[in-house]
Amino acid sequence: MRVALFVTCLNDTLFPRTGRAVVRLLERLGHEVVFPEAQTCCGQMHYNTGYRREAQKLAVRFVRTFGDADAVLAPSGSCAAMVRDNYRRLGAPGSRLAEEAAALAPRVYDLSELLVDVLGVTDVGAYFPHRVTYHPTCHGLRLLKLGDRPTRLLSAVRGLDLAELDGAAECCGFGGTFAMKNEAVSAAMGSDKARHVAATGAEVLCAVDNSCLMHIGGTLDRSRSGVAVLHLAEILASTEQEPARL
Amino acid sequence: MSDSAFLGMPAFPAAARAATGDAQLRHNLRKATHTIRDKRASVVGELDDWPVLRAAGAAIKDRTLRHLDTYLVRLEESVRAAGGTVHWAADAAEANRIVTGLVQATGETEVVKVKSMATQEIELNEALAEAGITAFETDLAELIVQLGDDHPSHILVPAIHRNRAEIREIFLRTMRDWGVPAPDDLTDDPRALAEAARVHLREKFLRAKVGVSGANFAVADTGTMVVLESEGNGRMCLTLPETLISVVGIEKIVPTWSDLEVFLQLLPRSSTGERMNPYTSTWTGVTPGDGPQDFHLVLLDNGRTDVLADTVGRQALRCIRCSACLNICPVYERAGGHAYGSVYPGPIGAILTPQLRGTSSELDASLPYASSLCGACYEVCPVAIDIPEVLVHLREQVVDGPGHRAEKAAMAAAGWVLDDEKRLGAAQRAASGARGLVPHTLPGPGSAWTDTRDVPEIPAESFRQWWRRRNKGRDKGGAE
Ligand code: SF4
Repeated sequence: MRVALFVTCLNDTLFPRTGRAVVRLLERLGHEVVFPEAQTCCGQMHYNTGYRREAQKLAVRFVRTFGDADAVLAPSGSCAAMVRDNYRRLGAPGSRLAEEAAALAPRVYDLSELLVDVLGVTDVGAYFPHRVTYHPTCHGLRLLKLGDRPTRLLSAVRGLDLAELDGAAECCGFGGTFAMKNEAVSAAMGSDKARHVAATGAEVLCAVDNSCLMHIGGTLDRSRSGVAVLHLAEILASTEQEPARL
Repeated sequence: MSDSAFLGMPAFPAAARAATGDAQLRHNLRKATHTIRDKRASVVGELDDWPVLRAAGAAIKDRTLRHLDTYLVRLEESVRAAGGTVHWAADAAEANRIVTGLVQATGETEVVKVKSMATQEIELNEALAEAGITAFETDLAELIVQLGDDHPSHILVPAIHRNRAEIREIFLRTMRDWGVPAPDDLTDDPRALAEAARVHLREKFLRAKVGVSGANFAVADTGTMVVLESEGNGRMCLTLPETLISVVGIEKIVPTWSDLEVFLQLLPRSSTGERMNPYTSTWTGVTPGDGPQDFHLVLLDNGRTDVLADTVGRQALRCIRCSACLNICPVYERAGGHAYGSVYPGPIGAILTPQLRGTSSELDASLPYASSLCGACYEVCPVAIDIPEVLVHLREQVVDGPGHRAEKAAMAAAGWVLDDEKRLGAAQRAASGARGLVPHTLPGPGSAWTDTRDVPEIPAESFRQWWRRRNKGRDKGGAE
């Protein structure tokens, strides 16, 4: 299958290794990845902070860039949810944006959905001999309703020991500009999440969103917990020959 | 909406920061919210038709709100036909004037109160006090708040921020000023505390000639008021006095008893985590020889028709004040109810208060941002209010207003960079070039991040640079 990668602006700029892992994984599974270079950002930060006009512009660009794709992969739960759930609110009912967004929405996937639902695999042939715990992220859990797809994928990884996370459904406190505007509450939520993560004894915290991982990881690093954070794509791309870098 | 008790409150982030530093408060809140949220989850999980009930609850409320004018008139006619009197109050001041006048007409200087959000919203107790009338709160938690000269911090459990030891101290210190004192040997055993409150309140119930209440629901067809409570204290106030005055928001209407049935299932499971509500009192006008012989219904607008005019925001009027959204909210759990500066705290407060009061004060403008948009509130709301959607909608109103110059400039700049892939590429190359220069702690606004979290390292190469390089290599037939 030919998959159009929407790498997301955050991954593009700060976490390119996640994008590279996605490419390696999908090509290993025999699929073709294309990267439409006109892509930039889904507009989530602007939308969530109340900057509707800026978000609208970015939504129009996204729909124009990806409108023809058979499948769009966004390796970020919150960006996939932004396109699928919020674009319909950005265009006035009956407007071109609203119609094109509605038509595109069903073809936009998070990585676990693409693998399990579209490509029909749960064992991707990965090898990752570490104890891992999984944080479901709010958008993945409540908007995309990913359910057990990510943990099914992780459980099928050879050598991986999956540890259950206490209070998993609770928000990590990132919330985009929330982390800056309400930094005290955000940090309190982050430190509770980090405490639960550390209590699992895992070496690695995994999620489908690098924004949440940046927040929890930054908190874990500050407390010198020794727990690393990795996007799901990087664990699934990991093999004996090319192990993921911790 | 009245707000004098909260004037001068700092904006949400500052008040919340103070609360996160209060270890006792955080412990009290964590324990209480987690207990109720777990109970709710287990009793909601028992019903396989919960999603259908929830959809029905939302649909009934929406339909009623769409035809509110019709149902309000129907309610007025039914209450009148049943021997009650109906008053209309456009705002808090008018409602307070009406209630004060009604109490004065009885010649009494005391009233007993059933727990009610509407009377707190209009600050009725304060208005009555100015007219020389003392209002006694009779709900146990409201009593604790009143005796402690405090503000409620939760819709359902107003004293949720207090623990047993604090309650004992408040009872010992202040009960004597209000009536029957607490016994000197009072312990902090819940039973002993409840007994002290019972003895204290019993005297009030037997003496009071006037009761004041709100209502959870008002059935338009029959003119019936409905109050749900757990203690039976409300029922004392609703049955013993000679005069009963109920202040009810205009959105509390349900058309018929069969509509009510849906909410009698939704509300107890969502609020207290009970399958059935312990004390459900209903009354229809006046029944000769039984209960209050003089009944007044004060229908309160106080900003509600403005909320109704907003097509996105109006869903907030579906709220049945169950408080499930507060109990599940990770922000409420850490910030506490007082930080919201309103009688409506938590997620529902964050969308209701700015709609009722506007966003002109710094506090009210900060409320739509008092959420990480995690969506847990929407998931538990028994009438499916999409709280994150309304929060974002209200943020748009704040952004369209004055102020926030620095943020607007930064957002516009980010929008400009992101609106062109070449500009984004250039910005990424600039960031990579300066990567060695980024310190681990940032000055100014960046410190909001680095005070508690490390910053990620900027990579040498963006994804799009890597992609280009790889494709070039491939065109030449080389490896990646
Ligand atoms: S918004 Fe929903 S969950 Fe919150 S108090 Fe109202 S009805 Fe309950």
